[in-house]
Amino acid sequence: MTTTTTPQASSVEPVPRPGVRRPSLPRLTAVELRKLADTRAGLWLLIIIGLTTAVIVTLQLVFADAADQTFANFFVPSLLPVGVLLPVLGILSVTAEWSQRTALVTYALVPRRERVVVAKLAAVVLAALASVATSLAVAAVGTLIAGTSGGAGSWEFDETLLLNSVVFQVANALMGVAFGLLLLNTPLAIVTYLLLPTAWSIVGGLVPALHRPAGWLDTGRTMEPLFTTSLDADQWARLAVSLVVWLLVPLAAGLVRTLRREVA
Amino acid sequence: MISVENLSKRYGRHPAVDDVSFRCEPGTVTGFLGPNGAGKSTTLRMICGLTPPTTGRATVSGRPYRDLENPGREIGVLLDASAQHAGRTGREALGVAAYTMGLDRRAVAAKLELVGLDGAAARRRVRAYSLGMRQRLGLALALLGDPRVLILDEPANGLDPEGIFWMRGLLRDFADRGGTVLLSSHLLREVEAVADRLVVIGGGRIVAQGDKTELLSGGGTLVRARDGEALRRSLAAGGLTVRETDDGLLVHAETEAVGQAAADAGVVLTELRPAAGGLEQLFLTLTAESTKEAGK
Repeated sequence: MTTTTTPQASSVEPVPRPGVRRPSLPRLTAVELRKLADTRAGLWLLIIIGLTTAVIVTLQLVFADAADQTFANFFVPSLLPVGVLLPVLGILSVTAEWSQRTALVTYALVPRRERVVVAKLAAVVLAALASVATSLAVAAVGTLIAGTSGGAGSWEFDETLLLNSVVFQVANALMGVAFGLLLLNTPLAIVTYLLLPTAWSIVGGLVPALHRPAGWLDTGRTMEPLFTTSLDADQWARLAVSLVVWLLVPLAAGLVRTLRREVA
Repeated sequence: MISVENLSKRYGRHPAVDDVSFRCEPGTVTGFLGPNGAGKSTTLRMICGLTPPTTGRATVSGRPYRDLENPGREIGVLLDASAQHAGRTGREALGVAAYTMGLDRRAVAAKLELVGLDGAAARRRVRAYSLGMRQRLGLALALLGDPRVLILDEPANGLDPEGIFWMRGLLRDFADRGGTVLLSSHLLREVEAVADRLVVIGGGRIVAQGDKTELLSGGGTLVRARDGEALRRSLAAGGLTVRETDDGLLVHAETEAVGQAAADAGVVLTELRPAAGGLEQLFLTLTAESTKEAGK
């Protein structure tokens, strides 16, 4: 007995899907920002970056001379430890794809790998900007507290310092991504990133012939003026040269390596 | 639709995949069979633009994978269920992919339900997942964008028998609704149950491909009787060619003809079944060779 007469043909032909567009760069950037925070390791790194700022301001409130408890003095010291942690964030955003093997999923969904890399760079820059904003906010809270607890509480602030701190943190974060792209391995990239400039500083300080080049290539030295007042042309030039060597070169080489690498 | 044309991949002097060509049509399930190390995964990665081929090309729905605007909406890929961030929850892994593809968040819940990962499982981190749960999560990820093509590498690994049965139904249904499925396995029995077509690869080269029933048939019939001598006489009387094997008598005829000949002579049979086809023999040979290679 045959009672079912459901037509089959209508369901067999696949219907072309409307609105299937490639994901935009802002969307991919949002994806990368989300991936910075949606794992336990990533979330803790972000929390630690935030806490570092708070701890440093707290220490100053307790131990610093009353006259030194100003907005600028709260702001600047928090930049350095955050500047060490931001590159780790940049490195992880790239290398975790390989160590956790999520590259297999990421690049299957976005086969144009350069778009993923651009999104990662954008996400890390946004994270660096957010870290500067956090430093500003925590410094402001510190200043308010200092004002009521007998500290100077002075709000005097040179705007160039804000620009400098943005340059400092963005450069740090991007250097992390560049090292991550180049080495594609978490421990290797972190160790290399932390060790290489230090080794370079030591060698540059010891070997007389390297004194002059070190002044142009050692990011520890070229970035230092960013914490002070405005930089002169010579200092900007030295900073630019050092960033070409430690940021643009590894970034370009790392991009080539990432685009060509077999994902397995 | 998947089209693979003369795909080759060499690592140094070693050819991992050598001049592989096949097509997968809508409405069919194609089983991609081969022993471990035969080049299955490399071929699948080349189709998905993850491994650059040395020569040849592959297209999905008529286009190279890298030219697909939003691949997840066209083709679902599960190449390795373990390739998930251990610290991400199952739901978040799907959420990230859904957001990348521009899908509604409800798609995540729907696919989690489809593959049988409940709320508690979805909230756990992938680190705590069994291989079977990872396979289910991987299937959910592959199905997330409602694609028309599925590429699955060893999807049955780690699934329990009930899970394997469920997955077969899912793939069959997907193909019956016009989808194209390509799934790999190193076990003939595993794909035999669901595939319409088979592509067999060994040592990087295709050694057989075609319709499953054609490839598996032609092996003759194995038969045993309480009285072996009477059986032999009855088969000879029926004009059937017989060969003695360890498993009984191998007859070059269909089971029905053999049964009829025995019944005509009143012989009581203890066993009557189709013998393993040429493909099974071929596959066993391939597997034996690759085991020898690995043992060297």
